[in-house]
Order: sequence, then structure tokens, then C-alpha cells
Amino acid sequence: MSSTVLDYSKELSVIEGLPSAATLDEMIEKPINDFPQRRWFIGLAITGTMLMIGVVSLTWLLWKGVGVWGINQPVAWGFDVVNFVFWVGIGHAGTLISAILFLFRQKWRTGIARFAEAMTLFAVLCAVQFVIFHTGRPWLAMAWLFPYPNQHGVWVNFTSPLEWDVFAVNTYFIVSAVFWYLGLIPDFATLRDRATTTIKKVTFSILSLGWRFSNRHWQHYERAYLIMAGFATPLVLSVHTIVSFDFAVSIIPGWHTTIFPPYFVAGAIFSGFAMVQNVLIITRKAFKFETLITMDTIEKMNKIILVTGTIVGYAYIMEFFIAWYSGNATELFVFVNRAFGPYWWAYWTMMTCNLFTPQLFWSKKIRTSLLASFILAIFVNIGMWFERFVIIVTSLHRDFLPSSWGMFVPTMWDFGMLIGSFGLFFTLVLLFVKFLPAIAMAEIKAVIPGAQPTHHGNGASH
Amino acid sequence: MEKKLYSISAIYSNPNDIIRAAAAVRDAGYKKFDIHTPYPIHGLDGAMGLKETKLGFVTLAAAIIGAAGMISFASWVAVVDYPQVIGGKPYWSWPAFVPVTYEIAVLLAVLGTVGAMIAFFFKFPNISHPLHDTPYMKKVSADKFGVSIQADDGKFNEKVVRELLKNTGGEVDAVYYSEEFLTFKPQMFDPKFIFLLVGIALATSAGGYLYWNKVLYLPPFDWMMQQPKVKPQTMSEFYADGFGMRLPVAGTVARGFIPYPYALGAKADSVGKFLVNPLLPTKAALDLGKKKFFTYCSPCHGNFGKGDSRMNGQFPNPPTLHSDKVRTWPDGAIFHTITVGQNVMPSYQYQISREERWAIVNYIRTLQRAYNAKESDLQ
Repeated sequence: MSSTVLDYSKELSVIEGLPSAATLDEMIEKPINDFPQRRWFIGLAITGTMLMIGVVSLTWLLWKGVGVWGINQPVAWGFDVVNFVFWVGIGHAGTLISAILFLFRQKWRTGIARFAEAMTLFAVLCAVQFVIFHTGRPWLAMAWLFPYPNQHGVWVNFTSPLEWDVFAVNTYFIVSAVFWYLGLIPDFATLRDRATTTIKKVTFSILSLGWRFSNRHWQHYERAYLIMAGFATPLVLSVHTIVSFDFAVSIIPGWHTTIFPPYFVAGAIFSGFAMVQNVLIITRKAFKFETLITMDTIEKMNKIILVTGTIVGYAYIMEFFIAWYSGNATELFVFVNRAFGPYWWAYWTMMTCNLFTPQLFWSKKIRTSLLASFILAIFVNIGMWFERFVIIVTSLHRDFLPSSWGMFVPTMWDFGMLIGSFGLFFTLVLLFVKFLPAIAMAEIKAVIPGAQPTHHGNGASH
Repeated sequence: MEKKLYSISAIYSNPNDIIRAAAAVRDAGYKKFDIHTPYPIHGLDGAMGLKETKLGFVTLAAAIIGAAGMISFASWVAVVDYPQVIGGKPYWSWPAFVPVTYEIAVLLAVLGTVGAMIAFFFKFPNISHPLHDTPYMKKVSADKFGVSIQADDGKFNEKVVRELLKNTGGEVDAVYYSEEFLTFKPQMFDPKFIFLLVGIALATSAGGYLYWNKVLYLPPFDWMMQQPKVKPQTMSEFYADGFGMRLPVAGTVARGFIPYPYALGAKADSVGKFLVNPLLPTKAALDLGKKKFFTYCSPCHGNFGKGDSRMNGQFPNPPTLHSDKVRTWPDGAIFHTITVGQNVMPSYQYQISREERWAIVNYIRTLQRAYNAKESDLQ
């Protein structure tokens, strides 16, 4: 990376070292063609083990029922909903990077957009498993999740936030998958034309649908991409808003606050960027993508983490203020109990990891250090997981009647499912970086210097 | 295999050249030509003379259909088909339908846009286009820009086209294709295809059968058949005597229970006079009596109480209810007999309620009157 002072009046080049378009293809295709390195297999062994822990926990859960989890009255929502909200939040960064930053014409997003979109899909998969299994008997869940004509003559309740959630998460997953695939089509076509084996050629021919790089197609394709970005942007905001409605529409003190939608969306972007940052730094190192995923990109990600982390911190403090300002004794009790009650350690872990440590990113030295970025991003992930834990568990464990007070104690199966979800996520990430182009080839070619014509057609590039 | 000319193509390395070439081809009046670039290039649509894409209208239509469809559906469910009062709100709480309406509008808009674009704008999937697998395609999919003027264009003349492309600075080449490959049509009645369909059908039905009839009944999906509760007629290890079904504690009185004061040994006609029939022989009482008589009495005493059921000959014959003895009994004597039983007839007091027993008595009286009608009844 350059040590010179950056000139922000000029648009920065996304790519360091200025490789040509053909070298780019080779670079991005390399992980797909090469036999994986030993560390890839070690990684897969670790994530596969974690996944198997999840599978065992899941089997035991299906065998015995949700009683194997630590949930009980008054804390009937435990790790299941904590993990659901956590993973859905992680997913939001992908859409933010691919859609919102696309609309804002942030070219630095190109190197990481594909990656982040894939992570969205995997994270939503991880999230969905928790809500499906927390229904108890998921093989019957279709009846109360989806409105379909059935012999009971019963319909779902369209006025319930939980039903909104079903619609939001499903729409989000489908739209993200379509968006991701749409971006992959030209890359599949490039891989098809570069394929050396028949299996690859056939696979990529089918996956590319017969893409021909025709400008008559690009014309519609670009418009479709713009439309999708335009739809995905409000969609991603709506999804976490609706997730927050699961809480905010109820009348539990600690949940029933109007700040929840913006606060949840900011938190989702915050945690998602941290997770993308973690995976990004590992991939950049492992596949030597230093010229594609530049320090500039990482620094910009850190800036967004700093901004959203501060918004989230503001929300924490504002909640407290409103609890006092409202004059509602129950509300105030819940918040004081959060910070100084039996779950004080969870609250202060959250405050430390989400509000205090990201402030270190004000320093440019820390912002541009790989190691610091990586560690602080892990802190953010821990903090955001605890945020959901704090919101859900501390609001529930002190019921209105002191005789109904209780504590939430997770069982080993709760942890098994949590570990399993991380295993699923990282296994999918490892398979993704091995078998699919982790960086959008067609997109990144379009932003290297000299890729676009000068407007007067005199051949000089700016 | 005969090769046919598909197009004359030219390759360029600079984005500015391709813009100029596109404009030149457009100005020369060709219609069936295309530009191929590894990524979209700004300004190329104008240089090619392309009209604005109409994709946005598809999106708009799909979004409107999604939004209108979902809000109508939710309203129909909430107001017409399944009205429920939830949270004391009106049936048609339309603001609460906004989130689902919004989500479905987005979903349909996106699926409609992408689906229409791929199927109708691109006519994909199509992996047997003449350009596929050509050196030309391999160049434009990496880092070069190409123009391709098709041979079936009205103005096409190979020499002129080559000249035109050469003048724009391109590396001119020709693309050929084999007719046979492109006109390949799958045969409907090809045995392979039919075997495939049969295979898919078999696999689907076998899978469906296994899933719905077998897999769903494997543990843990026991449909709540396995429960640690005592079921009728089963043992229980909890009690010392092993009986699952328990007698109530001594002296337990059921709700509405009125003790019956007379034992089995009491003579029917002597206790009968102390029991008074509380029911009037109304239509309702007689209908009830008839129903219960057919259920409990007729299997032995016969449909008309003549003691002529199929049980005749297999058991001690059940007596007729038209004998003088029964006809002259007071109502209470018949009631007492039903209640405590007599000879091989068991007690029916647990099966037939007090009121129903009196209703049966009334019905027996009707039968007796019918079979031994007085002259005045026959007139």
C-alpha cells in the first residue's frame, strides 16, 4: 500500500498494481482451478466439525423437542431468537454493499460485492434454521407460516409481526439469491470460455445460460441491475425493521420502543460489515488478493463500522434516557436491571465491544492495520451477539410479577446449535471461495483505469 | 459437416475504438449486428443506436400486480373468509397489511424483471448460439471488444463489411457455424426421453410415498402417540396393583349424582310403586326413548319388545315386554329393572342416564299400547 497522502478530491483506483483485464481473470480463476492448499482443507476440517456438532444438536433437538434448550417461562425466547436476529443482521451487509453502495456509485465496493452477497445468502440460511426449529415441530410449520388453502379452513394472521417476518425473510433470501446469480452470469460465461476440462465447460455453460456478452443484452442487464439495487435497498431496510417489529410491536418493557427499527438496521449493518471484514481479511491473505481487495477498501469498511457502531451506541444511550424521561417505573427498572442486574456482564460486554472499542478506528493507524481491523471486527461480532442476548433475555427474565422472575441458563444443545450455525456459515464460505469466482470479474474489469472510453473519444484515459 | 457463414467480426482492444466502430456500423445502415464486450461500456448503447430498454415497464407491472394481489388477498382473508378479531381491531386493519404487501410487491417485481429479461429479452437459456465456443467469443469474454455483423442482414456483402471493419481499425475475422448443430430438435417420442420421464415419475412417487407414509412416521415424528400418560385399558407401573384405570376414592360423588336407593334383590313391583315417572309422554321424550331402546334394549328384547331378537336360542330367551306381568307393572318397576338388572340382564345405570331410562319406560308403554290396542284406539 502506498504511504503517500491520498488525494480525496480524485476518485481512487479500486485496484492496486493495475493488472490488465486478462490477468484479472487468471487471478480470480486461480482458486477454482488449483488443487486447494492444505490450509483450505484444515479450515474445512474445522468448520466441518463445527457443522457436525450442529447436526448432532439438531438431531437431538428433533428427537426430544425444544425442551432440550434452556428456554422456559419467563424466558421463552433464548438462543434460538438471539441467533436468528444475529445471523439476519450479518446478512444485511451483503445487500448494503451490493445494492446501496452501487446506487451511491461507490466503486470500491466491486472487489467485495460478490463476496458479501454470498455471505448474505449463507447468513440468512443460518438464520432461517433457528426460526424454523424454534417452531417446535417444523415439519408441520408450513401450516402456520405460509398462507395456503388447507383442509382446516385456517389462514395465517396477516396483522402479526411474526407473519410479516416470514414474508420479509423469504423475500429477502429469494431476492438476494437472484441478485447474486444475476451478477454471476457473465462470470460463469467467462469461466466457460476459459474452461480446460469438459466437466467445467458443461457446468459453466449451463450456469451461464448461454451468456454472449452482447451489448444488446448488457443494455437490459444493466437496467435490471439498477432496478434490483433500487428494490434491494428499501428491502434490506424493511427486513430488519420487521425483525425489530417482532419485539417493538409487543408490550414488553425493554422491547416496546419506537427507536428499534433504525437501531436494528444500524446494528445489522454494523455486525454484517464486521463479519465481511473478518472473512475478507482471511480470503485476501489466503488467496493473495491484495491487489483486488485493497487496503483502501478495508479502511472504508472500518469507517462504516465506526459510523454504524456509534449510531448503535447512541441508540443504547437514548434508550436509557427515554426510560428515565418517560417516567415509567417499569421501563426504568428494566434498563437499570440490564446494566446492573444479574446480566450486567452481558450488557457491559455489549457496550465495550459495540460502542467503546470501535472508537479506536478514529485513528488512521489502527484503521489501516490488518491485524487491528481483524481483531476489532471479531469484537464487534461478539458485541452484536451479546446485544441481541441482552435485548431478549434481560427484557424477559424479570416478568411483571416478581413471583414469575427467573433466569435463562443455556444448555449444551443451545451452544451446539450456535457452533453448528458458525460451522454451516464458514463451510459454505470455504466452498464458495473454492468453487465460484469470489470476486466479480465483469464488474471489476469495468472499473480498472482505461476500461471506459473517454467521452470525447480521443483515446486518452483519465 | 458443412459450415455456414454466421457473421463477419472484428476485434478491438481499446474501448474508444469500439465506440467508433459501433457508430460506423450503425451509420452504414446495418441492422443485424452486435457488439460484444466483457463488461458494459458507457456510451455504447447510443453509438449502436439502441432504444431505451423497456424492462422498467415489466417491473412496474409486476410490482403493481404483486401489491394489488397481496392487499386484496389479505383483505379477503381477514374480512371474508376467516374474520378474526385480533387485538380489538377492525377486520379490515389495512395498515397491518402494508408490510406483507410491500414484500410481495418487491418479490414479484424482482422475479418478474429478471425472469422476463432472461426468458423474453435474452431468449435464454440458449447454449447453442453460433458465437459460442468461437475464438471470437473467447476474446470478448476476457478483455477484448468485438463487432459482429450477421450474414443474414439485408445489406450484407462480405467484401464491403470486411472493408468497413478494417477501416475502423479492427482485427477482422469470420464466424462459421454448422447448420446441423443448430437445428437439432429434441424428439418427443425418443425412448430415452420417455424413459427419463418415467424415471422422474417413479422417483417422485416413490419419494413422495416414502416421505408421507414412512419417513413422517419414523421416530421422532411419532405424532404424539408416545406420551407418558395412562391410556384406558393399559397397565401402569406407578400403582402397586398395576392397574392403569383407577376407581374413584371411596365416597366420591359425581356432579349431579343422585343415589339409587334400591338394591338388586329388591322386588321390582314392590319398589316400583315408590318411583314416579317424571316425564310426560311428549314427542321429544318418546323420540329419545325410541333411540335409547333401539340402542340398548332391542338387541335382546327385539325391535318391538317381543323378545324375538337374534339372541333367541343362544342365551336364556329374553322375555317379551308385552306379557301381562310387565304391562301391569308400575312405571317404576320397569325403571328399577333397567337400573339394577334382573337374572342375566345386567345393570344399565352407568350406560343410560336417569332421564333416558324414564324415556325408555315411556316408549315401552307406547309399544305395549300398540300391540294390545283397545277398541277405542283402533277407531
